[in-house]
Amino acid sequence: MGETLQLWADTLPRLLKAAIEVTVPLSLTAFAIAIVLAVATALARLYLPAPFKAIAWLYVWIFRGTPMVVQLFIVFFGLPNIGIVLPAFTAAVVTLALNTGAYASEAVRAAILSVPRGQFEAAQTLNLSRTATFRRVIAPQAFRIALPPLMNDFIDLVKGTSLVFAITITDLFQVGRQIAASNFEYMSMYSLVALIYLAIVSVLSLLQSVLEKKVSRHVRTS
Amino acid sequence: MSAPADRVPTDGTAAVRADVARSASADAPRATGAALQPDRAAVPAPLTLRGIRKTFGSLTALDGVDLDIPRGRTTVLLGPSGSGKSTLLRCINLLERPDAGELDFGDGPIPVGGRMSDRTVRRVREHSTMVFQQFNLFPHLTALGNVTLAPVEQRRIPRAQAEASARELLAKVGLADKADAYPGNLSGGQQQRVAIARALAMEPDVLLFDEPTSALDPELAAEVVAVLADLAAENRTLVVVTHSLSFARRVADRVVFLEDGRIVQDGTPEEFFTSEDPRLRRFRDVVEAV
Repeated sequence: MGETLQLWADTLPRLLKAAIEVTVPLSLTAFAIAIVLAVATALARLYLPAPFKAIAWLYVWIFRGTPMVVQLFIVFFGLPNIGIVLPAFTAAVVTLALNTGAYASEAVRAAILSVPRGQFEAAQTLNLSRTATFRRVIAPQAFRIALPPLMNDFIDLVKGTSLVFAITITDLFQVGRQIAASNFEYMSMYSLVALIYLAIVSVLSLLQSVLEKKVSRHVRTS
Repeated sequence: MSAPADRVPTDGTAAVRADVARSASADAPRATGAALQPDRAAVPAPLTLRGIRKTFGSLTALDGVDLDIPRGRTTVLLGPSGSGKSTLLRCINLLERPDAGELDFGDGPIPVGGRMSDRTVRRVREHSTMVFQQFNLFPHLTALGNVTLAPVEQRRIPRAQAEASARELLAKVGLADKADAYPGNLSGGQQQRVAIARALAMEPDVLLFDEPTSALDPELAAEVVAVLADLAAENRTLVVVTHSLSFARRVADRVVFLEDGRIVQDGTPEEFFTSEDPRLRRFRDVVEAV
């Protein structure tokens, strides 16, 4: 036990450095882009003319229907064959964002669909523009509904970043692998890596409950 | 009032009878409806509906309805379920888009069948505002937020000014102390009164009410009827779809009876309640029996 703790103390700085320099910024950047993609895709599928609907549907179909690690390989190793060369970090951001955006768009679409028809009619009779209706009436109500599934997707994304070692990125997991490969302490190294992911995800869970309280002020809970 | 004493109110509005009677006596000619004619010259042109047609699949909801809605009066639309009264009301606000017909709010007939640009739709909607059976308040906004949203967003009224008039409107419907309450913490009757304040904030020519008390207990319905009676007494233009004969009897200047998408009778409450037309008699009997 004492040995394990000593080992953790010795290796923690390197692991945290990788988490802070790679895993966290990768997650944040990819999720920010994913949210934009998700809202655009959901709106396209709900409100835009048929060709846009079809494009949005196709996007969700492809990125939900194929493994993320395969998508990573296509973007990083495959695209150069047709002349598109992306740096590893960029390829990772693009792939993670596209993948998460496809899932998250369904959460956003479901949340918008859950807003009762009467809300749209009230906005219409008050002569609100489409933009004002979405921004002031629909989005705030849909956000409350979408928040838990979106946080699910965010958490999945954080854990999904552990796949990027496969395209040469030295993230938290890759640093853990390197250390374990040199000291053969697989059990304690991978356990420590798991704990660091757990800590990051815990921060997100905490953020979720704060946000949920904030957007549910108007809802009677008892 | 001309209502026969033996008729029992069906919606528990007895509590507001005194209020209504008071406002009616202060404005006696209005309440009888019969005195509509003499001052017609002073009243601006009515809102007119011409040839309003609406089908849902193979069902004809409105079969070319023509109707004049007088200004400053309360028009009540009555009729059995499926008669088209709610659809007709919703067509005035284009919540339902007619297949054919014209609306005229006094600035010329506007064809409302077929394709309309967003701009035309919104121009038509400026004339009227709907109060719904299920209130449809915005749950994430306070009572004040509900009333100020459209004035600030759509009518571009400065927030401070919008809030001041919203507070006046909430006071008018008896909810001055509920400005900061969320709809979820208000009773049904309070929510409907907020919805009325929200509609008033649009300053429409015509206020539309789609069964405004049907979702409410008798006691709470009485609060809402009292507000409606006040509005009627101010000579606003109201069009009310209801199942409540007692409401029609107390507040209406005019009763329009529909069946199968057509207007069967259009006249004073007196005429409606004494008509020997078998369709009206059957309807009165059924509704009174509830």
